Amino acid sequence: MQWEIVIGLETHAQLNTHSKIFSGAATAYGAAPNTQACAVDIALPGVLPVFNRAAAEKAVKFGLAIGARINRRSVFERKNYFYPDLPKGYQTTQLELPIVAEGGTLQIQVTPSTGSGQAYEKTIRITRAHLEEDAGKSLHEDFHGMTGIDLNRAGTPLVEIVTEPDLRSSAEAVAYAKKLHSLVRWIGICDGNMQEGSFRCDANVSVRPMGVETLGTRCEIKNLNSFKFMEKAIEYEVRRQIEILEDGGRIIQETRLYDPDRDETRSMRSKEEANDYRYFPDPDLLPLVVDEAFLDQARATMPELPQAMRERFVRDQGLPAYDAGILTTSRELAGYFEDTVKALGGEAKMATNWIMGDLSAQLNKEGLEITNSPITAGKLAGLLQRIVDGTISGKIAKEVFSAMWAGEGDADTIIEAKGLKQVSDSGAIEKIVDEIIAANPAQVAEYRSGKEKVFGFFVGLAMKASKGKANPAQLNEILKKKLAG
Amino acid sequence: MFNTSLKELSAQLASKKISSVELTQTFLDRIRELNPRLNAFITIDENKSLAQAKTADALIASGKAGPLTGIPVAQKDIFCAEGWLSTCGSKMLHNFVSPYDAHVIEQFNRAGAINLGKTNMDEFAMGSSNETSYFGKVKNPWDLNAVPGGSSGGSAAAVAARLCPAATGTDTGGSIRQPAALNGITGIKPTYGVVSRYGMIAFASSLDQGGPMAKSAEDCALLLNVMAGFDSRDSTSLEREKEDYGRDLEQPLKGLRIGLPKEYFAEGLSADVAQAIEAALAEYRKLGAETVEISLPNSKLAVPVYYVLAPAEASSNLARFDGVRYGYRAPEYTDLADMYGKSRAQGFGAEVKRRIMIGTYVLSAGYYDAYYLKAQKLRRLIAQDFTNAFAQCDMIMGPTAPTTAFNLGEKSDDPVSMYLSDIYTIAVNLAGLPGMSVPAGFGANGRPVGLQIIGNYFSEAKMLNVAHQFQKATDWHTRMPQGI
Repeated sequence: MQWEIVIGLETHAQLNTHSKIFSGAATAYGAAPNTQACAVDIALPGVLPVFNRAAAEKAVKFGLAIGARINRRSVFERKNYFYPDLPKGYQTTQLELPIVAEGGTLQIQVTPSTGSGQAYEKTIRITRAHLEEDAGKSLHEDFHGMTGIDLNRAGTPLVEIVTEPDLRSSAEAVAYAKKLHSLVRWIGICDGNMQEGSFRCDANVSVRPMGVETLGTRCEIKNLNSFKFMEKAIEYEVRRQIEILEDGGRIIQETRLYDPDRDETRSMRSKEEANDYRYFPDPDLLPLVVDEAFLDQARATMPELPQAMRERFVRDQGLPAYDAGILTTSRELAGYFEDTVKALGGEAKMATNWIMGDLSAQLNKEGLEITNSPITAGKLAGLLQRIVDGTISGKIAKEVFSAMWAGEGDADTIIEAKGLKQVSDSGAIEKIVDEIIAANPAQVAEYRSGKEKVFGFFVGLAMKASKGKANPAQLNEILKKKLAG
Repeated sequence: MFNTSLKELSAQLASKKISSVELTQTFLDRIRELNPRLNAFITIDENKSLAQAKTADALIASGKAGPLTGIPVAQKDIFCAEGWLSTCGSKMLHNFVSPYDAHVIEQFNRAGAINLGKTNMDEFAMGSSNETSYFGKVKNPWDLNAVPGGSSGGSAAAVAARLCPAATGTDTGGSIRQPAALNGITGIKPTYGVVSRYGMIAFASSLDQGGPMAKSAEDCALLLNVMAGFDSRDSTSLEREKEDYGRDLEQPLKGLRIGLPKEYFAEGLSADVAQAIEAALAEYRKLGAETVEISLPNSKLAVPVYYVLAPAEASSNLARFDGVRYGYRAPEYTDLADMYGKSRAQGFGAEVKRRIMIGTYVLSAGYYDAYYLKAQKLRRLIAQDFTNAFAQCDMIMGPTAPTTAFNLGEKSDDPVSMYLSDIYTIAVNLAGLPGMSVPAGFGANGRPVGLQIIGNYFSEAKMLNVAHQFQKATDWHTRMPQGI
């Protein structure tokens, strides 16, 4: 039987506010345990929450970025359950009226991970996004049979972003997660650090026979803290569910945990064991009201969005959609591209090829971000300028690039110091060509008898003789003329 | 001295007739002598109180004293006070020394008042008789066989017995007004949002409100001036201009329209209380007020609505008492769930557990709409009743409680009958309105009767005026229980 995979993602993105969502304690990561937990965070008797409006501004920005409707009045509710790292005994979140309502979408570009599938685009609908507080951490190691509680993270603002069940493969899920990850960093609301837990995904996975409308029973997979794990966890879960169904079994709705060490998902709790969270509006907090001025402010601080920028690169710079998509995966990369083209005065495709080619390869190799590139946009433009004006060939440019990367100076300095300037003096090129023709009479005869393939042989020799510096266009022209006899 | 008004005490302090240290010591001595019979206090700390008094004396000497500088005030044990045991009347917090001050405590400290000690209360403010305190029952100074009311019973008994010049209380469904009535003292619950709830251990967040309990309306005005005020740490605190609640005390009452809800004078009201209230109303007519009958048609819904909403909020508010970070933890347990279960089973008393269970039930999947949501809708109807009523009158008056103080143990096995003792006070909390109780004579058994005054939103100054004029014409508020 052919099975269709149906996936919906829930993503928790930590909002990068300075202080917590309901207290003045700092949100910085990595402090000594419980040093960033104030009276409100540890839920002393009598303390009360005060909402941090900066979190609303970031959530609203997200809503605007995906084109969703913003609820002008959203309500904080209490989700009640007991856990040691949840000091109040409830999590303050939004249920009935989330700050970001329906209507949002994210355009994804999918490159199938296996097989020879074609890359394609798809629009994923975002159901809602709501504000809530993070819990603390339970530390089970190092305490000799006891559990340590670190409440530094308790009260960190989160926005939980929920999709419709629109994703049809692990590749789509990963493409969506990457796109979302890029967007939240693009608009500056989340640092996106997955190791530190700033961006975490849960996947709701089900399968159904191809062509069937109704959804299959789903399982929720938690703890997908890398794109790689997400892909593997979903693939494992899909196999597991299909095997059960093909053996005539039934899927039990449950929450499962992905174990990356064993590459499998394991049952955490079934629906029956799930808590009754007894949600109700938090009487300590007023409804969150977003007025026109607040929306205007969020709009005013919104950068050009990646989708718009991508379209602009295609339209104004004549880039292929694929290239424009890659350049707009981060604001920093897009900025680097724009700076390069600006300094170069055009040549967008050439700049793109260099940025996506040699530069990206070097950055990846050394694990650097574009912002830490030893070759700045201005310096890259300086190098490309020399290709454009014929000072060096593309091939020599790669050599200059390597030297620039190694810190040997800017393009002109290196070209000068290494004597890499292209030979465009036709007298000098003619001299080389004459010598080659004289030294290879057999190949000359071959060429003249119609075997034009040997032309490359002469080009190679001439380039070698000129140490690669001969102007390729000129060389071609002269060679052709002389070989013709 | 024990029956002296705050104004007079302040004058004596200013004129150096007495020092704050002497005044504080005098009350501490009286507490030491009489408290064992009343059990009105949970914590007394003479050194702390006297140290504050010393500071106050220095302030007075430097000419920087305010109206409450040097005055000892007893604090309900629901208010967190730095360095003080703050138990909320519960075993759960029997060992909790607060590391911070509630806004109300801060305000009193800033005013130079002395924290005279922490008063007894029903556990987590859940009760109408002060019998649910982990620290033992409080007795009514007018009759040691009677309850003092609750939940601010310790504060009410302490003021009535003149163990302190004034005290604080909190009122979620009548917890200031009912004990004030049962002890023959004056207490006011302000409009919701006037007094910050920061540091006031929450029972039902949307209903809780702190307020003063004292001998007279005039004293209450001085105390409220200190307690009220915007606090950014409480999102439900109202940002309003600072006001002097005593500014209208001397206004004449001529033309005052007093609304008498017919539902408050119906079946269930005992005859002696009705008689005292009628006499008080007659007094008001003499002062130039007129009375009109009004109706609060949804009154009968107040108690059932309250006993859905208040427990719902409480069940969540009290979840933080889990034995993990502070407070009581069961000495033995097998795992996490067992630790929670045992700590809460042992740390909470029966009434608190009853309300947590009711609250958990009404918020549960499948019951939420029928109970919690329905109650929220009815709450709006109850509030609307008052809005309609205030179109016909300036103040609403009636009995604070249906009976005078009942006997200790009389209702402790019958929660519903206990809940009905708040039948006239609860609607005020549901509506968020200010309410007050003023001494208005005595019942057949010689126990005090309280007259309830309900004002429109933010009409505290007017209510205090209405109460003060009555107190100028009567002397019920100056009566002290004899032979404790």
